[in-house]
Amino acid sequence: MAALAISDTTDGRRVLALSGRLDANSIRRVWAEGREAIAAAPGKPVVVDAANVEYCDGAGIALLVDLIAQRKAGDVQVANLAPAFETLLQQFDVREVERDQDPPPPRRGSIAEVGVIAAGMAQDIREQIVFVGEAAAALGYAIVHPASIRWKDVWRICERVGADALPIVALISFLLGVILAFQSAIPMRRFGAEIFVADLIGLAMLRELGPLMTAILLAGRSGAAFAAEIGTMTVNQEVDALTTMGLDPVRFLVTPRIIAALLMTPLLTLFADLISLAGGAITLQSFSIPYVTFIHEVEGIVDYSDFMAGFVKSFVFAVLIAGIGCLRGLQTSAGASAVGDAATRAVVSGIVLLVAVDGVFAVIYYLLDI
Amino acid sequence: MASDDVLISVRDLTVGYGDVALLEHVSFDVRRGEIFVILGGSGSGKSTILKHMIGLNEPLAGSVLIDGADIVTASGDARREILRKIGVMYQSGALFGSMTLMENVRLPLEEYTDLEPGEIDLIARMKLSLVGLALFTGHLPAEVSGGMQKRAAIARAMALDPMILFLDEPSAGLDPITSAELDALIKRLSRNLGVTFVIVTHELPSIFAIADRVIMIDRRVKGIVAEGDPRKLRDEAKDPWVRQFFNREPERVPA
Repeated sequence: MAALAISDTTDGRRVLALSGRLDANSIRRVWAEGREAIAAAPGKPVVVDAANVEYCDGAGIALLVDLIAQRKAGDVQVANLAPAFETLLQQFDVREVERDQDPPPPRRGSIAEVGVIAAGMAQDIREQIVFVGEAAAALGYAIVHPASIRWKDVWRICERVGADALPIVALISFLLGVILAFQSAIPMRRFGAEIFVADLIGLAMLRELGPLMTAILLAGRSGAAFAAEIGTMTVNQEVDALTTMGLDPVRFLVTPRIIAALLMTPLLTLFADLISLAGGAITLQSFSIPYVTFIHEVEGIVDYSDFMAGFVKSFVFAVLIAGIGCLRGLQTSAGASAVGDAATRAVVSGIVLLVAVDGVFAVIYYLLDI
Repeated sequence: MASDDVLISVRDLTVGYGDVALLEHVSFDVRRGEIFVILGGSGSGKSTILKHMIGLNEPLAGSVLIDGADIVTASGDARREILRKIGVMYQSGALFGSMTLMENVRLPLEEYTDLEPGEIDLIARMKLSLVGLALFTGHLPAEVSGGMQKRAAIARAMALDPMILFLDEPSAGLDPITSAELDALIKRLSRNLGVTFVIVTHELPSIFAIADRVIMIDRRVKGIVAEGDPRKLRDEAKDPWVRQFFNREPERVPA
């Protein structure tokens, strides 16, 4: 343990006698006592007597440096420190250690902070608009020059976006069908109206929930994957490599992903619609509604325009999910957390955009009376 | 020096981020066929200069003429024309992770030429054998060592036989033997193919082994502190910092 003994000499000096081991575990108490002892004797020269110090590590040296720095130069002296520890202490110029402190970065006021955030958001919107233009140009070029599309990439991405997503889409849409059927059938049974549950499921799933749930699943699955994949490429300078090869990253990386999403999302939506209807039909069995009645009821209420209302949306959702995923990937900055941030932002802005665009669709369909 | 000897001419280049200039009014020339090295301490801005020379970043002011055309202002086809004359090897190799070494080297050939797949195959194979990777064509980048990745990246950069190869820290993170092999490769390519090299590095052994000429950048003067033959600079430079750098001395020895 470290110990501190304080005494005053007859010639008016204060002596702080340190003894024992000066290391990080033992100096906490003597550090505070030492500072107090120096502060309690203003004007008196101080000698820190280290004759009985057995051991001193970096923390002990920090203690000595701090005690010296309590007063102006020369006022606090360290005496009798063993040569080995003296060498450690000599490494530091006390005044320089003080001076070397980095000034804290200037803090922005709250108003300036709001301004910076707003400017960041405006910049982000600007980049999104520019990206929409670039992606549209690249897609247009791809349609005119189909040979320029990297089809090998497209099929590979199709498999990952489409086929690999079948289980999770099936699970969620089946669950959705079952829940909708069950939760609405119980109250409807009180009015003897269970049969209308089929209408509810048919309309809700085909018009709204089928496309929306599929799109949200894809935003979490493929949107995040696109962002992470392109983000890693950005961090590894692979995107730079494309640029210096004279190859446009948007054409090379974004176009195949948008095309794959455009091909797969409507198919997945169709699949989700069917599975959820199946889920509903199976649930309604337990409410004594046979399959044939269920199908007949759905056929009667859902017409072609209802189906198309949902199906058209899925194309738009596909472009949104793939586009925002790729954009967030390309925007990835440097650093270990950058790719994670890109994936997070892809999912969050993907879902926000989906909800907003779904709202726009609702208004358009209402006005068109579809 | 005759002006047609100059392949790259950097004039009054001022680079930085936002309003803060890292380097100001930097001018230098790279001659045809030489191995030109950009030197500097960590954080001095040497990689930043390289990024500006290959058109990845836009400078605050100045121009970079590559074979007479300014890459700073060029766009569209003119820019692609300039980019065809250069190949870049990035610090990490930057090979496309989902493609084999062969596919990586094939890519520029597929995008820029209308050769048959078989012909592209042959060219790519030859480039890979030039860097000693003929037996690894089917490997993915993750399946080969860091040194091999860098060599494959050189092969990809050379796919279209560029006039200039830019290498960003080719020997960073490599063991001395691999690093020396890479130096020998650069020397051989320079001698046999007449390629001009612009290399960013701070590996002293490499510099003395391969460099014809160096410029040295220092952020304290925001520009070039020394220019010339590295061996001469080591012995004769007036700037103490330059001598310290070449003789590997610490800046300040604690008491």
